[in-house]
Amino acid sequence: MKEGKTGIEVSIAASIAAKLARVEVVAAYPITPQTHIVEHLSELVANGELDASYVNVESEHSAMSACCGASAAGARTFTSTSAQGMELMHEILFIASAMRFPIVMAAVNRALSSPLSIWGDHSDVMAARDTGWIMLFCENGQEVVDSIIMAFKIAEDRRVLLPVMVNLDGFSLSHVIEPIEFPSQEKVDAFLPPYDPLYTLHPDKPVTMGAYGMPELYTEAKYAQEMALIDSKKVVIEVMDDFGKRFGRSYKPVETYNTEKADTVFIALGSINENIKTAIDMLKEEGREVGLIHLRLFRPFPSDELIAALKGVKRVAVIERAMPGGAMNSPLFNEISSLVHSNSMGIQLNNYIVGLGGRDVNPEDFHGIIDDMLSPEAKKETPKEEKNYRVIGVRG
Amino acid sequence: MAEITRLIHEYLRHDKKFPHVWCPGCGIGIMLGALIRAIDKTGYSKDDIVLVSGIGCTGRLPVYVDFNTLHTTHGRALTFATGIKLAKPRLKVIVIMGDGDAVAIGGNHFIHAARRNIDLTAIIVNNNVYGMTGGQYSPTTPYGMKSTTTIYSNVEHAFNISELAVTAGAVFVGRGTVYHAKLLDSLMEKAFAKVGFSVVEIISHCHTQFGRLNRMGTAVEMMQWQRDHSVTVEKAAQMKAEELKDKFKIGVLVDRELPAYQDEYEKVRKWAKGTEKR
Repeated sequence: MKEGKTGIEVSIAASIAAKLARVEVVAAYPITPQTHIVEHLSELVANGELDASYVNVESEHSAMSACCGASAAGARTFTSTSAQGMELMHEILFIASAMRFPIVMAAVNRALSSPLSIWGDHSDVMAARDTGWIMLFCENGQEVVDSIIMAFKIAEDRRVLLPVMVNLDGFSLSHVIEPIEFPSQEKVDAFLPPYDPLYTLHPDKPVTMGAYGMPELYTEAKYAQEMALIDSKKVVIEVMDDFGKRFGRSYKPVETYNTEKADTVFIALGSINENIKTAIDMLKEEGREVGLIHLRLFRPFPSDELIAALKGVKRVAVIERAMPGGAMNSPLFNEISSLVHSNSMGIQLNNYIVGLGGRDVNPEDFHGIIDDMLSPEAKKETPKEEKNYRVIGVRG
Repeated sequence: MAEITRLIHEYLRHDKKFPHVWCPGCGIGIMLGALIRAIDKTGYSKDDIVLVSGIGCTGRLPVYVDFNTLHTTHGRALTFATGIKLAKPRLKVIVIMGDGDAVAIGGNHFIHAARRNIDLTAIIVNNNVYGMTGGQYSPTTPYGMKSTTTIYSNVEHAFNISELAVTAGAVFVGRGTVYHAKLLDSLMEKAFAKVGFSVVEIISHCHTQFGRLNRMGTAVEMMQWQRDHSVTVEKAAQMKAEELKDKFKIGVLVDRELPAYQDEYEKVRKWAKGTEKR
């Protein structure tokens, strides 16, 4: 890969990142819009550019199961999926995290059926949010590449040993061509040494994985897993800092844009943050100051960082690309609401659902959201209705 | 009115936006024609037919036809269909799948539906590849052939869908190709008339993905390949093993009588109630 930036499809870049991380086993099943990632990986493995084993399994359930097996045997393991595929994996997502397998998965976020939709939103990952995985969200292609490399370092840290899901939006990110800078193999090797597993399945030193946890032990096992997930934030920050020092691109679990002067902010996940930044710049031209809090880390939930970012903020619009499914609010809103209220921060919170099933979200939509937030109706402290959110642009 | 015009008006949905999603030259259209002609011959009312499909190019078929239709998830068409049959046994339930649906992600359901001998007809379009998602390998991609996930050569061996169905217990198994359109009509008519799990495997082509990658030529050339590599069951019986080496059999592969699931179940209920002696 040449020095400097290369114009490349983000999916292909994601598979190159996995190659730079020297993955050893890939098990995957094709699903739109993830296909280009696994197709390119299959080619890199077959032509010998990547010294790994690749298996075309018969379903996503098998893909994640095979990944668990590979990881149990001590291999650096990678896969990718979308939407229905992630739902079919659901059972095994819990197994991967509970058995502490440092698998990395590129989740190309897509809407769930029905109606059948191949286009992007976050209903797949939101349905998997409590599976015990560390979850990163990417805003652009460069971040996808860097996050995949960082994900292995985070996952394989002995203090963590948990799987990491790198989320990138289907089509609006996966299928666009962006200028991306690839780190050299030498630098990646120096950053990410070979995986040195704590426990593996090995005939010389037999272990049992996934055995029964009787009632007197199950709670402790789950508590230990939960603590490892919560504590992994420290490692996430360490790895992001280390990456920044080595590669010159710094990341933080929570980042802000134009929040210095603004007391009204958006909070969102994924590539929509770039649209929001455009909208913020347009609002700035009109003399209106609005900020953005961009969550790069969603699990474990970066509470301290968010509290710091919310300092001085009076109004928050939580933008989400998933339906609440009968809850009062969408998943991200509920987290933020819990944080704001348990810390008595007194911030006005509003919840907006946008961009379901690939629907475009334009800067004007964010202008409308800001106007809505400033209306007297939006300031209500306690919701009077069961539906405490607005779905932007919905007809009927 | 010409017969074909009548069939189109009778069975295709007028409110649907045509053209359909299939590539020009695709075999699924030929299969759809055979399906409509066969259903028309059976005398079933349109409302008594349920078409269930999974995901993929073949999975799109129920969108265009004027029956009760259910477009389900990848690989689960047979299980949705099982539920329909149990709830409304009088309906004729036909399941339309591709090779991915039937023997990859839904392979387990396929062998168990056959073993259970539930009264469904499975129509499987086998084009050796996942066409819709971009030409990835499927369990029917032949050994040594290319796909976008086996870009140099497939190292696995393919399932023989019909033989799998025979072994798993299907009471009727027929195989045809989209080149042999008339044969498809008759295989489907026979399958629909059968009580129990019936299977019609249709060898088709994906010239867009599989054909292009493997340099197999146009849709026409791929159909000529089907013609040249298929042998009727009757003719195959007269041929030596070596003559059949690169050929596949078409026609009725199995037609046998076994009690269907619902009949067996009914028997058990009568015994359990004591209305009939064991």
